[in-house]
Amino acid sequence: MRPLGIAFVATVALVLAAPALAVAPARVDIKDFRYGPTELTVPVGAQVTWTNHDEETHTITSATGTFGSAGLSHDETFTQTFTRPGRYAYFCALHPQMKATVVVR
Amino acid sequence: MDRMDRRGFLQCAAWTGAAVAWTMVGGVPSSRLAAAEAADAPAGGFSFVQISDTHVGFKGQANADATVTLQQVIDRVNAAPTRPAFVLHTGDQTHGQKAGAFDTVAELLKGVRTERTFYVPGEHDVFLDGGKEYFERYGKGTVGGRGWQSFDYQGTHFIGLVNVLKYKGEGMGALGDEQLDWLGRDVAALGTSTPIVVFSHVPLWAVYPQWGWTTEDAERALGHVRRFGSVTVLNGHIHQVLQKVEGTVTFHTAMSTAFPQPAPGSAPAPGPMKIPETEARRMIGVTDVRYVPGRGTLAIVDSTLG
Repeated sequence: MRPLGIAFVATVALVLAAPALAVAPARVDIKDFRYGPTELTVPVGAQVTWTNHDEETHTITSATGTFGSAGLSHDETFTQTFTRPGRYAYFCALHPQMKATVVVR
Repeated sequence: MDRMDRRGFLQCAAWTGAAVAWTMVGGVPSSRLAAAEAADAPAGGFSFVQISDTHVGFKGQANADATVTLQQVIDRVNAAPTRPAFVLHTGDQTHGQKAGAFDTVAELLKGVRTERTFYVPGEHDVFLDGGKEYFERYGKGTVGGRGWQSFDYQGTHFIGLVNVLKYKGEGMGALGDEQLDWLGRDVAALGTSTPIVVFSHVPLWAVYPQWGWTTEDAERALGHVRRFGSVTVLNGHIHQVLQKVEGTVTFHTAMSTAFPQPAPGSAPAPGPMKIPETEARRMIGVTDVRYVPGRGTLAIVDSTLG
């Protein structure tokens, strides 16, 4: 019984530690020609996934050209990992009035 | 806007149902059902067709296949009693530059019974690659290969402008200094009695700036053509028929062949409208423009599929 008990304790410790070690995935929803949220704050190393809920095509295009998607049709997604701290402004290349920012800390 | 208000501009929205014929006489527009107009062959004049916003590659609730509706519009053009002298495609040939879409549009438009087709790009045609593919295909014969152009047909001067390449900031169209300077030189030697037709993708008037439905430096372009006695401005982009008359300048936007968009401000956002297919057919279509010499008249007829 003794070895089993140790294994159980070890498993619990691993599960509890996991959220602190990995960076939770973050998401941005595109709806009615808006990014939601318009400002998203994530830790370094975070993966951000955008989902387009509009029938119209949209893009995620970095204002400085550092990242960008192709046109996303309805229900398509785009994922970008942010490895350095900073403010990352982006817009939709088809509808440039759509603007938002990812803040990486 | 002040000057337009003083002149008392007339703004008409012709949405759906039977096609409406617009006739310009001395700056005063009148409209009537297109059924009677359709039988009139232009006496000594010519007609041309504007096709816009074909959005080939779009598939969604607003249109299961934009290729099918484009073919239906082409069939309608070919069935008309008057053969168009040429076709103007006012942009958004493709939906988001989907792979193969330019080829599909080119193949389908070969089926139009006409001499040739002139193009200007929409933002959907150039946003991915800055226009590389578009200009490879359609830059030939345009100024510096950059898409803008002019030509004369039976005494009417046609000007195609590109206003989707500086498509940033607030999402408005823009022409840019170089193109505007060219425009000034292009029309400098023309007499004021020369009828002018200007075509571009994004409207050259403030349809609804909140949705980017305007061109930020359009007023400078219009400054070059206001001295002419008859100016017709044909645009696409907004997927619905809107018309405005300002002095001798008539502004007209065309329906899409793919899907309608909401009237300005009537929805939270622009974009493809999901409506029953029978209704949608009354909101997509084609524009036929007739010119009759000596009458100072350009008749613009919008006809729908439904």
